Amino acid sequence: MKVQIDTERCQGHGRCYDLAPGLFSEDDEGYGTIIGDGVVPPGEQSNARLAVLNCPEHAIELIEGG
Amino acid sequence: MAVDDRFSEDFRQTRDEEYIGTRSEVITGPVADWATDFSHLEPEWSADPYPIQDDLRQRCPIAHTSRFGGGWLPTRYEDVAAIAYDTERFSSRSIIMSNFRPPRDLAPVGTAPPISSDPPFHHDARKLLLPAFTKAVVTRQEPATRAFCDSLIEGFEGRDVVDAATDYAQHIPIRVIADMLGFPPKDGPQFREFVEDLLEGINLPPDERIARVSRLFDYLMVQVHDHLDQPRDDLTTYLINAELYGQKLPPDVVTGAMALLLIAGIDTTWSAIGASLWHLAKTPGDRERLIAEPQLLPTAMEELLRVYAPVTMARLVKEDMRWHGVDMKAEDWILLSFPAANRDPAQFDRAGEVVIDRAVNRHAAFGLGVHRCVGSHLARMELRVALEAWLGRIPRFTLADPSAVTWSAGQIRGPRTLPLRIR
Repeated sequence: MKVQIDTERCQGHGRCYDLAPGLFSEDDEGYGTIIGDGVVPPGEQSNARLAVLNCPEHAIELIEGG
Repeated sequence: MAVDDRFSEDFRQTRDEEYIGTRSEVITGPVADWATDFSHLEPEWSADPYPIQDDLRQRCPIAHTSRFGGGWLPTRYEDVAAIAYDTERFSSRSIIMSNFRPPRDLAPVGTAPPISSDPPFHHDARKLLLPAFTKAVVTRQEPATRAFCDSLIEGFEGRDVVDAATDYAQHIPIRVIADMLGFPPKDGPQFREFVEDLLEGINLPPDERIARVSRLFDYLMVQVHDHLDQPRDDLTTYLINAELYGQKLPPDVVTGAMALLLIAGIDTTWSAIGASLWHLAKTPGDRERLIAEPQLLPTAMEELLRVYAPVTMARLVKEDMRWHGVDMKAEDWILLSFPAANRDPAQFDRAGEVVIDRAVNRHAAFGLGVHRCVGSHLARMELRVALEAWLGRIPRFTLADPSAVTWSAGQIRGPRTLPLRIR
């Protein structure tokens, strides 16, 4: 499982780095960024789903499998 | 260092010329039918807008009014979102729906950039502010905010009933934004008046409204000159020195941005804190749950932001067009109700209820698209700290007199009188 941010859609609401701080961080302007390569460790899967489901801009994608 | 002559008297004259716009007839009084004659300034809307919005969403999802020179009120999430995303057809040139439309050539900058700006200028003006409002930067304000909240609560010593709106919630954003802008904390009470002048004095006669707005800009000029004389590490000095397109900002952009930061951060956060305490005072189950499970607060806070979203924005239609089944005319207002969007059953299960542990909550309380509230991270920090401090020291509280609670009128909604019994 892997997370991706669509930077065209992201407006810096910050829900992803609030809900899944192990997977997401903010850049110097508050836009969401992926920590590392975006691969979701087993313990972070529910946080990853929460981040996806709470993004008001639908900017986060979860790629299952891989 | 060269003298900074941007902030001269001449600049103030050009600013006053911005008030040459289009005025429409002031129409007040009871609403005949909310689908054809809505007004967000009538007492019925202030007291409880949600049944009105729910009714409109069912029978007339894009309501119309001839008041304010003509305007539309979409109540479905999908329509509110579509307008928020469509900066091509809907301008932010004025974001307060009133009887005054600023001149069209004020776009794309508007009177208070970047909230009043359209692309492409909007992006550049917003970029100036974003670094000052990231989560990491606003976290630095947290210890001082917490200490201030604690000191307000300590001031309740010996009282059984306090007004959570005027004795608590109101003071928190005023202190925080004064600190960030580098204004004297003792000026706080004046900020309250500025907010009333801009956001609540909508139907005043034009001359009086201009005079009131001028009071704010007179105050900001005093602060600008104080910061020119004594630069310091705060947002005012930052804006004075900021550069756009290789040049320092025009003076009206500096004071417009200062006005925005001062005004936009106060009523809004005050409303969110007050509405949250109001809900918890009248809902013992939710209050007790948060006392027992303090880790639930960030989740609960998002739900309270959804259900009691304080902020409604406005847009101006750019050109005549048929839009989602209605005939919009150039210069018609759009009352862009994020609160209505947040209660659309097509978007949220149990939309009209507070579900205190709602884990999936794609609400639009801070807007959608390029105008997402620049201060959202600051607002969330203030709301969380204000609630943590209150619940930590005052775990049991109730409405002292439900009939005494009053709500603000206009586009920012929150309690303005909120007597709570705290022991």
